[in-house]
Amino acid sequence: MEIPYAVQPRPDTGLYNAKAGIWLFLASEVMLFGALFSAYVLLRVGAVPGEWPHGWLNVTLGTINTLVLALSAITTLLAWVACKTRQFDKFKFFHACTLLLALTFLCIKGYEYHDKWIHYEIQLTDGRIADGHMLENNPKEDYVVIEGRYVADEKDLYDLRAQKDIKTGEIKIPRPQIKEMENYGPWHNTYLALYFTLTGLHALHILGGSIVIGYLWGPGRRMWKTDPERFTNRVEVSGLFWHFVDLVWIFLFPVLYLM
Amino acid sequence: MRPPVHTSFPYDAEHDEHEQHHARHDPGFWRTYIFSTDHKIIGIQYGFTALCFMLFGFFLLLLMRWQIAHPGAPVPFIGPLLEKVLGPVMAGNGAISPDLYNSFGAMHGTIMIFLAVVPLAFAAFGNYVVPLMIGAPDMAFPRVNMASYQAYVLGGIVMVVSFFIPGGAAQAGWTSYSPLATSIPTHGQAFWLVGMVLLITSSLLGAVNFIATIIQLRAPGMTWMRLPFFVWAQFVTAFLLLLAFPPLEAAGIMQLMDNLAHTSFFLPTGLAIGGHLAHVSGGGSPLLWQHLFWFLGHPEVYVLILPAMGIVCEILANNTRKPIWGYKSLVYSALAIGFLSFIVWAHHMYLTGMGQKIATFFQTTTMIISIPSVIILTCLLISLWGGSIRFNTPMLFALGFLPMFGIGGLTGLPLGLAPADIYLHDTYYVIAHFHYVVAPGTIFALFAGIYYWFPKMTGRMMNEFWGRVHFWGSFVFMNVVFMPMFAQGMEGMLRRMADGGVNYSAARVPGALATLPNSIMALHTWILWGAMALGLAQIPFIINLFWSIKHGEVAKSDNPWQSTTLEWQTPTPPPHGNFDRPPRVCRSPYEYSVPGHAADFTPQNEPDIPMTAPKISPAPAVH
Repeated sequence: MEIPYAVQPRPDTGLYNAKAGIWLFLASEVMLFGALFSAYVLLRVGAVPGEWPHGWLNVTLGTINTLVLALSAITTLLAWVACKTRQFDKFKFFHACTLLLALTFLCIKGYEYHDKWIHYEIQLTDGRIADGHMLENNPKEDYVVIEGRYVADEKDLYDLRAQKDIKTGEIKIPRPQIKEMENYGPWHNTYLALYFTLTGLHALHILGGSIVIGYLWGPGRRMWKTDPERFTNRVEVSGLFWHFVDLVWIFLFPVLYLM
Repeated sequence: MRPPVHTSFPYDAEHDEHEQHHARHDPGFWRTYIFSTDHKIIGIQYGFTALCFMLFGFFLLLLMRWQIAHPGAPVPFIGPLLEKVLGPVMAGNGAISPDLYNSFGAMHGTIMIFLAVVPLAFAAFGNYVVPLMIGAPDMAFPRVNMASYQAYVLGGIVMVVSFFIPGGAAQAGWTSYSPLATSIPTHGQAFWLVGMVLLITSSLLGAVNFIATIIQLRAPGMTWMRLPFFVWAQFVTAFLLLLAFPPLEAAGIMQLMDNLAHTSFFLPTGLAIGGHLAHVSGGGSPLLWQHLFWFLGHPEVYVLILPAMGIVCEILANNTRKPIWGYKSLVYSALAIGFLSFIVWAHHMYLTGMGQKIATFFQTTTMIISIPSVIILTCLLISLWGGSIRFNTPMLFALGFLPMFGIGGLTGLPLGLAPADIYLHDTYYVIAHFHYVVAPGTIFALFAGIYYWFPKMTGRMMNEFWGRVHFWGSFVFMNVVFMPMFAQGMEGMLRRMADGGVNYSAARVPGALATLPNSIMALHTWILWGAMALGLAQIPFIINLFWSIKHGEVAKSDNPWQSTTLEWQTPTPPPHGNFDRPPRVCRSPYEYSVPGHAADFTPQNEPDIPMTAPKISPAPAVH
């Protein structure tokens, strides 16, 4: 038994089955991320005025990641073109680039997560707040050391765009002086919750796409010898997914880093 | 049931090569029944699993009805078992604790909707029937189909397992409103959310597969307006699942973050739990959850009802022996419902204080969406006119669907208008309303479909006498169960009360201004007995279903109902690949009693001119 139009496009729809499938899947993905972006809009509009964080993320790293993904979109397209023109070596080269770029993206993202993870806001018993990156936090010692600064009020931490030259230094805080200590994880506030959830889900998509592309580049390439046309279709379909994932980042970057 | 011969994996060239040597090799039990990629086996897997879950959901219902009628009294017979399995905190002395009642309530709704009715209506019937009806050899993506079923089973397991964890299953209702869902101290909610994410994944894979199949794999000549209405209904349903479920998945992920990572997506600033300020960052919005939930929740209603309408339409056409009245109106109405169902969701939220203007908008769209629903029901009703009706079991259930769905639909109108809804919201009136839509409505259509397509699946008929017993028993006792709830609701009895409203009854608080009169409280007993009788009425069905697989009367032909649609023009049961030779469709789906034809039905693939005549192309090969 053979499924019709598994490889050749159906004349009246102009699509082979997998292409119809991936577009439908992407439509549902639009709804998934659409709902998350709506949540972002609603929560941001409903936030207390002046308390929405600005400038908390590293715009340079975000820009680099944007360029990395844009470049990977190009290499994905070129890999597909290479398949179409039956130049398998080129395909291998371009998708190797895609995979390296995806890895670069995830590494940069991982660094950014780590940066937030070790970033602590420490409320002191005297009302001040110490804010900075944790250097020493040994439960056996009765102090912690951060690389950071003191602020008088939590409000001073919200908008970092205007504070161009923040002076930080090593601060040693005895534990008895600590009222509450919390790192910049998703539990810290709504902005970080959105940041981690949205970019986390996006990173999972990057990971999933990388696994598929890695499969086609690695063990899946055997199909090139038996059925190059179907292999090319697979490259195209995975490429469509990859472009969608890139597109999501194009929205995430301004929404989380710039606005 | 003869297993379809499994010859190849359509998506794996290597297997193709390999399997050509063993073309008639029996793939064995596991490949045939458990890890099958054949749409018919997957359909049967879905159907069987969904019926089991439906029975389980029904048992939860019986336990809840016992608790409502006899609050705090030990459950007869299985009370000790409950205590043993769920522990003395949940079911001390064999009685149902309020917490356990809440988790039964939440899980009854979840199981019935997401694990029973949708998988049965959409996945089981859709899988088995749609590829046959459109003349396709299988679904477009057979292995995705298998993955969809596996995700569904996994989701079901996660849901059921949550009963046995400390603290028990989810207790915040099937709607899982935040912050309640986050503040109940049990991980049942996390299980619920993980289970939902799996079920959503399953339905997503299914929906993509269905739409791609219907778009891509229609047989030559099967134009859009020649599709049986059932296929249209499944097509629209698949779009609803495809586009409405992801927002709930997003919401589920956020609530999971709230529960496990202690974020505050849905937790407002200043939230107090148990009299203490909760340790949360705040800034979230409980209303956001409700919007995202009902953005799925309302299309979901049409996911439940559209396949049912499709089944009823097929059976009515077949048993009135005449074309369905208003085929195009049915199709356009289904499409209109599909579109409109995305913009009515907030009529579930009139009481949330989202604002008058928004309520006005959603009242308007809600009234508009009732129009295509009424058109569909009217078309089905008028189709009966002048027909020479065959009253067999599938037809009885299909006919039962019409008034029952009518009651369910019409009692929904007052709930769609904010002024009336503010009074009726959260009462038993709502329970009665949507159960009339889903239980004697959709589930009757599903029974009809099982009796109708059973001969195609097995080559044998189900017993007609016991089918009738099943129908009349179900019909009477469904009404005994649900009709009194309208009265209870209008008297102001709230839903989700573990004591069945005893604390608001005239007997408990005599002289209070507004209490529930004894006559209304007495209906609880009435409903309990009705529910038990309804359970008994299902026994003939269960026995009939299994007994008939081996011992039922052998179907007279491949087309025992003398139907026109393509699924009956295959061998019985259809082999792997379905059709002996690729069908070519020459006519519309319901050509019954066409004047001048010898038989009173003309199958869709029958050419206008007999095959023996000189070569004339039977119909333009329009795709």
